[in-house]
Amino acid sequence: MRKRRTGRPVTAVTLGRMSEFVRNQWYVAAYGREIGRELFSRTVCGESILFWRTEAGAVAAMSDRCVHRRFPLSQAPSHLVGDTVVCGYHGFTYDQGGACVAVPGQTRIPRTARLTSYPVTELDGFVWVFIGEPDNAEKTRIPRAPWLDMPGWTTVSGMEPLAARHSLLMDNLLDLSHETYLHGGYIGTPEVAETPIVTRVDEEAGVVHVSRHMADAACPPFYQKSTGITGRITRWQDIEFTPPCLYLLHSRIAPAGVLPNADGTDPDGFHVEVVYALTPETETSTHDFWAVARDFALEDQGVSDFLAENNRTVVLQDVTALNVLEQVIATEPDGYQELSINIDTGGLAARRMMAKLR
Amino acid sequence: MTARKMLQVDWVPGSDQLRGRCHCGAETIAEDPVAMWQWLLAHPNHQDHSPVREEAA
Ligand code: FES
Ligand SMILES: [Fe+2]
Repeated sequence: MRKRRTGRPVTAVTLGRMSEFVRNQWYVAAYGREIGRELFSRTVCGESILFWRTEAGAVAAMSDRCVHRRFPLSQAPSHLVGDTVVCGYHGFTYDQGGACVAVPGQTRIPRTARLTSYPVTELDGFVWVFIGEPDNAEKTRIPRAPWLDMPGWTTVSGMEPLAARHSLLMDNLLDLSHETYLHGGYIGTPEVAETPIVTRVDEEAGVVHVSRHMADAACPPFYQKSTGITGRITRWQDIEFTPPCLYLLHSRIAPAGVLPNADGTDPDGFHVEVVYALTPETETSTHDFWAVARDFALEDQGVSDFLAENNRTVVLQDVTALNVLEQVIATEPDGYQELSINIDTGGLAARRMMAKLR
Repeated sequence: MTARKMLQVDWVPGSDQLRGRCHCGAETIAEDPVAMWQWLLAHPNHQDHSPVREEAA
């Protein structure tokens, strides 16, 4: 990636900021539940996208800017009529593929009257949108988070707007030692920061794994209240990050010393799948999707409410910290100094993989 | 699990050291992760198989 450097003539080209977005990738744009018969807009990688559901239930995704005078199609009085969108300004009408099918006062529709449309897939409760050359969509893998929509699991989820760049959230999630300091009293205990990690990079799959297995740790309130375990615990955190968007934290909690059986079954372990989708909104803001799926207390609304409330609190602790950090680094010159230590091994691997995707 | 091309870095328990293993089998010890990734990603031109010395400033 080219950076502005001193000693080179400043031309229009070097002044223009190069995009940091990784294109030709699938991104989580929304939860399926967010998209219905109301026009819905979300910006992904700097592109304002209009989402709506057809009468048959499919998700349609197209540019949220009318080709006529760029009125946002998500903006009232724009509205749906059957499987078409009618622009609220002068009435240009578009079908679910983004083609203009009617303009006011004349029968001839300009050939170029077409909204950019986006490949879209609903999977695991998420609406994924492909940013890039649409022809590349099919051959590009969408990573999975099956627990979010699977019998035997109960999920709570949400999304918090983050006024910080994608890379800051990625750094944050790849290094869970920060739980001890930023999330003490919620999910952090001293053992998290103290326990060595194992980092693995799977080049072919494009996945970074970071594992931290705590054999004998204090049980943080997040797990105490949800599992009912009162004593010390064995706590495993196995991260699986598929850049740029999907982050999985396979979390296993059990009374200290209780391990899975040799055959892989694990009747005495509590399993929580913590899922994040890190979707860039702009160069300096991110949609922070979070979900917590569990395989215990499935029908217990009290546990659901607690986990939703608590995880949202934890996410907002990160959001507050990262929003401040964004303000700080935005004013730093390119190539500002950092210092990395052992806890950063996974974060560095993820950064490198992102650079490779660019 | 099949043998995939994995790079692995273990933070050696009870120490501050990192042990890295390339998919080619080469191993090294490093004191910090920046030096470690440099060494691993140099494959197939790993610096040497002995512990990485002080990283360049
Ligand atoms: S801006 Fe949409 S019809 Fe004119
Ligand atoms: Fe956090």
